[in-house]
Amino acid sequence: MGLVARALEEAGVPTLCLTAAHSITAAANPPRAAFVDMPLGYTAGRPHEPDFQRDLLRRAFAAFATIDAPGTIVDTGVRWSDDDSWKDSASSGLSNGVVSAEGDTRSERSPEPQYQYDDDRRAAEGA
Amino acid sequence: MDYIARTREQYDALGYEPYRWAERPDPPPWTPLAKPVAESSVALLASGGAYRRGHVAFHWNDDTGIRMVRTDEPAVDVRLTHFAYDLVPAREDPNIVFPIDRLHELVDEGVIGGLAPEAVAFMGGIYSVRRAEAELVPQVVEAVAAMDVDLALLVPV
Repeated sequence: MGLVARALEEAGVPTLCLTAAHSITAAANPPRAAFVDMPLGYTAGRPHEPDFQRDLLRRAFAAFATIDAPGTIVDTGVRWSDDDSWKDSASSGLSNGVVSAEGDTRSERSPEPQYQYDDDRRAAEGA
Repeated sequence: MDYIARTREQYDALGYEPYRWAERPDPPPWTPLAKPVAESSVALLASGGAYRRGHVAFHWNDDTGIRMVRTDEPAVDVRLTHFAYDLVPAREDPNIVFPIDRLHELVDEGVIGGLAPEAVAFMGGIYSVRRAEAELVPQVVEAVAAMDVDLALLVPV
Protein backbone atom coordinates (compact mmCIF):
# COMPACT_ATOMS: atom_id res chain seq x y z
CA MET A 1 0.00 0.00 0.00
CA GLY A 2 2.93 2.25 0.71
CA LEU A 3 4.05 1.92 -2.91
CA VAL A 4 0.60 2.94 -4.15
CA ALA A 5 0.71 5.98 -1.87
CA ARG A 6 4.12 7.02 -3.14
CA ALA A 7 3.01 6.74 -6.77
CA LEU A 8 -0.18 8.73 -6.14
CA GLU A 9 1.71 11.44 -4.36
CA GLU A 10 4.15 11.60 -7.25
CA ALA A 11 1.10 12.07 -9.50
CA GLY A 12 -0.11 14.98 -7.38
CA VAL A 13 -2.66 13.37 -5.06
CA PRO A 14 -2.13 13.75 -1.28
CA THR A 15 -2.46 10.39 0.49
CA LEU A 16 -2.84 8.94 3.94
CA CYS A 17 -2.18 5.26 4.62
CA LEU A 18 -4.05 3.72 7.49
CA THR A 19 -1.88 0.92 8.85
CA ALA A 20 -2.00 -1.81 11.45
CA ALA A 21 1.48 -3.01 10.48
CA HIS A 22 3.91 -0.36 11.64
CA SER A 23 7.12 -2.08 10.54
CA ILE A 24 5.83 -2.93 7.05
CA THR A 25 4.66 0.64 6.53
CA ALA A 26 7.91 2.08 7.89
CA ALA A 27 9.84 -0.04 5.37
CA ALA A 28 7.73 1.08 2.39
CA ASN A 29 7.95 4.67 3.69
CA PRO A 30 4.77 6.32 2.38
CA PRO A 31 4.30 10.11 2.64
CA ARG A 32 1.72 10.05 5.47
CA ALA A 33 0.53 7.16 7.63
CA ALA A 34 -1.73 6.71 10.64
CA PHE A 35 -1.05 3.69 12.84
CA VAL A 36 -3.86 1.75 14.52
CA ASP A 37 -2.95 -1.18 16.76
CA MET A 38 -5.45 -3.62 15.29
CA PRO A 39 -5.27 -7.26 14.21
CA LEU A 40 -5.01 -8.39 10.59
CA GLY A 41 -8.37 -7.94 8.88
CA TYR A 42 -9.64 -5.19 11.22
CA THR A 43 -7.73 -2.16 9.93
CA ALA A 44 -10.78 0.14 10.02
CA GLY A 45 -12.25 -1.03 13.31
CA ARG A 46 -14.18 -3.59 15.26
CA PRO A 47 -17.18 -5.14 13.45
CA HIS A 48 -20.62 -3.72 14.25
CA GLU A 49 -19.11 -0.91 16.34
CA PRO A 50 -19.81 2.21 14.28
CA ASP A 51 -18.72 4.58 17.07
CA PHE A 52 -15.32 2.87 17.24
CA GLN A 53 -15.02 2.91 13.46
CA ARG A 54 -15.95 6.61 13.19
CA ASP A 55 -13.52 7.55 15.96
CA LEU A 56 -10.74 5.66 14.18
CA LEU A 57 -11.38 7.48 10.91
CA ARG A 58 -11.70 10.88 12.61
CA ARG A 59 -8.25 10.36 14.12
CA ALA A 60 -6.89 9.31 10.75
CA PHE A 61 -8.18 12.46 9.07
CA ALA A 62 -6.80 14.56 11.93
CA ALA A 63 -3.41 13.02 11.15
CA PHE A 64 -3.92 13.89 7.51
CA ALA A 65 -4.28 17.54 8.42
CA THR A 66 -1.33 17.69 10.84
CA ILE A 67 1.47 15.67 9.21
CA ASP A 68 3.88 18.11 7.63
CA ALA A 69 7.00 15.99 7.13
CA PRO A 70 7.16 13.29 4.42
CA GLY A 71 7.48 9.80 5.87
CA THR A 72 5.65 10.50 9.14
CA ILE A 73 3.69 7.68 10.82
CA VAL A 74 1.35 9.12 13.46
CA ASP A 75 0.16 6.82 16.25
CA THR A 76 -3.58 7.49 16.45
CA GLY A 77 -3.82 5.81 19.85
CA VAL A 78 -6.52 3.49 18.49
CA ARG A 79 -6.04 -0.05 19.78
CA TRP A 80 -8.00 -3.25 19.52
CA SER A 81 -8.08 -3.72 23.27
CA ASP A 82 -6.30 -2.66 26.44
CA ASP A 83 -5.27 -6.30 26.66
CA ASP A 84 -2.49 -7.12 24.17
CA SER A 85 -2.86 -10.91 24.42
CA TRP A 86 -4.24 -11.11 20.86
CA LYS A 87 -0.69 -10.49 19.66
CA ASP A 88 0.52 -13.81 21.05
CA SER A 89 -1.20 -15.71 18.27
CA ALA A 90 -1.27 -12.97 15.63
CA SER A 91 0.09 -13.62 12.19
CA SER A 92 0.99 -11.45 9.24
CA GLY A 93 -1.41 -13.34 7.01
CA LEU A 94 1.56 -14.49 4.99
CA SER A 95 1.82 -17.52 7.22
CA ASN A 96 -1.38 -17.45 9.30
CA GLY A 97 0.35 -18.50 12.46
CA VAL A 98 1.44 -21.91 11.21
CA VAL A 99 4.71 -23.35 12.41
CA SER A 100 5.13 -26.36 10.13
CA ALA A 101 4.65 -26.87 6.40
CA GLU A 102 2.09 -29.60 7.11
CA GLY A 103 0.10 -27.15 9.20
CA ASP A 104 -0.04 -24.44 6.56
CA THR A 105 -3.73 -23.53 6.50
CA ARG A 106 -3.56 -20.64 4.08
CA SER A 107 -6.11 -20.89 1.33
CA GLU A 108 -4.88 -22.41 -1.90
CA ARG A 109 -3.75 -19.61 -4.17
CA SER A 110 -6.06 -20.46 -7.03
CA PRO A 111 -5.95 -18.52 -10.31
CA GLU A 112 -9.77 -18.80 -10.60
CA PRO A 113 -12.02 -15.93 -9.38
CA GLN A 114 -12.99 -16.59 -5.75
CA TYR A 115 -16.60 -15.49 -5.36
CA GLN A 116 -18.22 -14.86 -2.00
CA TYR A 117 -21.50 -16.30 -3.32
CA ASP A 118 -22.26 -18.63 -6.22
CA ASP A 119 -24.82 -16.05 -7.31
CA ASP A 120 -21.97 -13.56 -7.80
CA ARG A 121 -20.36 -15.95 -10.24
CA ARG A 122 -23.56 -16.32 -12.22
CA ALA A 123 -24.03 -12.54 -12.26
CA ALA A 124 -20.48 -11.97 -13.48
CA GLU A 125 -20.48 -14.73 -16.07
CA GLY A 126 -23.88 -13.70 -17.41
CA ALA A 127 -22.81 -10.09 -17.73
CA MET B 1 2.20 -5.74 16.04
CA ASP B 2 5.60 -6.26 14.40
CA TYR B 3 4.51 -8.33 11.42
CA ILE B 4 7.97 -8.33 9.85
CA ALA B 5 9.50 -9.99 12.90
CA ARG B 6 6.58 -12.40 13.21
CA THR B 7 6.68 -13.39 9.56
CA ARG B 8 10.44 -13.92 9.71
CA GLU B 9 9.97 -16.30 12.64
CA GLN B 10 7.18 -18.18 10.91
CA TYR B 11 8.86 -18.42 7.51
CA ASP B 12 11.99 -19.65 9.23
CA ALA B 13 10.00 -22.29 11.10
CA LEU B 14 8.36 -23.35 7.83
CA GLY B 15 11.72 -23.60 6.07
CA TYR B 16 10.68 -20.94 3.55
CA GLU B 17 13.05 -18.41 2.05
CA PRO B 18 12.80 -15.10 3.92
CA TYR B 19 9.93 -12.93 2.68
CA ARG B 20 11.14 -9.64 1.20
CA TRP B 21 9.17 -6.54 2.10
CA ALA B 22 9.20 -3.47 -0.10
CA GLU B 23 11.87 -1.13 1.25
CA ARG B 24 12.03 2.49 0.11
CA PRO B 25 14.49 4.33 2.33
CA ASP B 26 14.60 7.36 0.02
CA PRO B 27 12.37 10.29 1.04
CA PRO B 28 8.78 9.84 -0.14
CA PRO B 29 7.25 12.14 -2.73
CA TRP B 30 5.00 14.81 -1.26
CA THR B 31 1.94 16.70 -2.44
CA PRO B 32 0.58 19.27 0.02
CA LEU B 33 -3.15 19.38 0.72
CA ALA B 34 -4.86 21.78 -1.68
CA LYS B 35 -7.61 22.66 0.80
CA PRO B 36 -8.69 21.75 4.33
CA VAL B 37 -9.67 18.11 4.90
CA ALA B 38 -13.18 19.25 5.83
CA GLU B 39 -13.58 20.67 2.32
CA SER B 40 -11.80 17.86 0.49
CA SER B 41 -13.38 15.14 -1.58
CA VAL B 42 -11.93 11.78 -0.66
CA ALA B 43 -11.17 8.67 -2.68
CA LEU B 44 -11.16 5.40 -0.75
CA LEU B 45 -8.56 2.85 -1.84
CA ALA B 46 -8.73 -0.50 -0.12
CA SER B 47 -6.76 -3.72 -0.53
CA GLY B 48 -9.12 -6.13 1.25
CA GLY B 49 -10.45 -7.71 -1.95
CA ALA B 50 -13.78 -5.84 -2.23
CA TYR B 51 -16.05 -6.24 -5.22
CA ARG B 52 -19.78 -6.00 -5.95
CA ARG B 53 -22.23 -8.41 -7.56
CA GLY B 54 -21.65 -8.20 -11.31
CA HIS B 55 -17.88 -7.92 -10.99
CA VAL B 56 -15.48 -10.75 -11.70
CA ALA B 57 -14.12 -11.56 -8.24
CA PHE B 58 -10.41 -11.42 -7.50
CA HIS B 59 -8.47 -14.63 -7.88
CA TRP B 60 -5.97 -15.63 -5.23
CA ASN B 61 -2.81 -16.01 -7.27
CA ASP B 62 -1.30 -12.51 -7.38
CA ASP B 63 -4.35 -10.81 -8.91
CA THR B 64 -3.02 -7.38 -9.86
CA GLY B 65 -6.33 -6.01 -11.15
CA ILE B 66 -8.57 -3.33 -9.65
CA ARG B 67 -12.35 -3.16 -9.24
CA MET B 68 -14.24 0.12 -9.12
CA VAL B 69 -16.72 -0.35 -6.29
CA ARG B 70 -19.69 2.02 -5.95
CA THR B 71 -19.87 3.80 -2.63
CA ASP B 72 -23.50 4.96 -2.92
CA GLU B 73 -24.88 1.60 -1.85
CA PRO B 74 -24.48 0.21 1.67
CA ALA B 75 -21.34 -1.60 2.75
CA VAL B 76 -23.40 -4.63 3.71
CA ASP B 77 -23.76 -5.45 0.00
CA VAL B 78 -20.01 -5.27 -0.66
CA ARG B 79 -18.42 -8.68 -1.27
CA LEU B 80 -14.96 -9.57 -0.03
CA THR B 81 -12.48 -12.19 -1.18
CA HIS B 82 -8.89 -12.68 -0.03
CA PHE B 83 -6.66 -15.65 0.71
CA ALA B 84 -4.81 -14.35 3.73
CA TYR B 85 -7.13 -12.83 6.33
CA ASP B 86 -10.19 -14.08 8.18
CA LEU B 87 -13.09 -13.06 5.93
CA VAL B 88 -15.85 -14.04 8.36
CA PRO B 89 -16.00 -10.83 10.45
CA ALA B 90 -15.33 -8.59 7.45
CA ARG B 91 -18.13 -10.19 5.45
CA GLU B 92 -20.49 -9.55 8.37
CA ASP B 93 -19.43 -5.90 8.52
CA PRO B 94 -17.40 -4.86 5.46
CA ASN B 95 -16.78 -1.45 7.06
CA ILE B 96 -13.85 -2.93 9.00
CA VAL B 97 -11.85 -3.15 5.78
CA PHE B 98 -13.99 -1.01 3.44
CA PRO B 99 -15.47 1.78 5.58
CA ILE B 100 -17.90 3.44 3.17
CA ASP B 101 -20.82 3.73 5.61
CA ARG B 102 -18.58 5.49 8.11
CA LEU B 103 -17.10 7.79 5.47
CA HIS B 104 -20.59 8.89 4.44
CA GLU B 105 -21.30 9.68 8.09
CA LEU B 106 -18.11 11.73 8.30
CA VAL B 107 -19.27 13.70 5.26
CA ASP B 108 -22.54 14.41 7.12
CA GLU B 109 -20.54 15.45 10.20
CA GLY B 110 -18.38 17.79 8.16
CA VAL B 111 -15.12 15.95 8.90
CA ILE B 112 -14.51 15.49 5.16
CA GLY B 113 -15.99 17.36 2.22
CA GLY B 114 -17.22 14.40 0.20
CA LEU B 115 -16.71 10.79 -0.80
CA ALA B 116 -16.03 9.82 -4.40
CA PRO B 117 -18.87 7.79 -5.95
CA GLU B 118 -16.53 4.87 -6.54
CA ALA B 119 -13.74 3.36 -4.47
CA VAL B 120 -10.68 1.67 -5.94
CA ALA B 121 -10.55 -1.90 -4.66
CA PHE B 122 -7.77 -4.39 -5.11
CA MET B 123 -6.41 -7.43 -3.37
CA GLY B 124 -3.25 -7.17 -1.34
CA GLY B 125 -0.98 -10.09 -0.84
CA ILE B 126 0.69 -9.75 -4.23
CA TYR B 127 3.91 -11.56 -3.47
CA SER B 128 5.90 -9.89 -6.25
CA VAL B 129 6.78 -6.26 -5.55
CA ARG B 130 7.90 -5.97 -9.16
CA ARG B 131 4.47 -7.04 -10.46
CA ALA B 132 2.66 -4.83 -7.96
CA GLU B 133 4.59 -1.82 -9.22
CA ALA B 134 4.43 -2.72 -12.91
CA GLU B 135 0.80 -3.88 -13.08
CA LEU B 136 -1.25 -2.71 -10.11
CA VAL B 137 0.15 0.72 -9.26
CA PRO B 138 -0.35 2.34 -12.71
CA GLN B 139 -4.00 1.22 -12.81
CA VAL B 140 -4.64 2.72 -9.38
CA VAL B 141 -2.96 6.00 -10.29
CA GLU B 142 -4.95 6.24 -13.51
CA ALA B 143 -8.23 5.45 -11.75
CA VAL B 144 -7.66 8.07 -9.04
CA ALA B 145 -6.55 10.69 -11.58
CA ALA B 146 -9.88 10.21 -13.37
CA MET B 147 -11.86 10.76 -10.15
CA ASP B 148 -11.09 14.45 -9.57
CA VAL B 149 -10.60 14.07 -5.81
CA ASP B 150 -8.58 16.17 -3.39
CA LEU B 151 -7.03 13.34 -1.41
CA ALA B 152 -6.89 9.58 -1.06
CA LEU B 153 -7.40 7.41 2.04
CA LEU B 154 -5.65 4.05 1.73
CA VAL B 155 -6.97 1.17 3.82
CA PRO B 156 -4.75 -1.91 3.63
CA VAL B 157 -5.47 -5.31 5.16
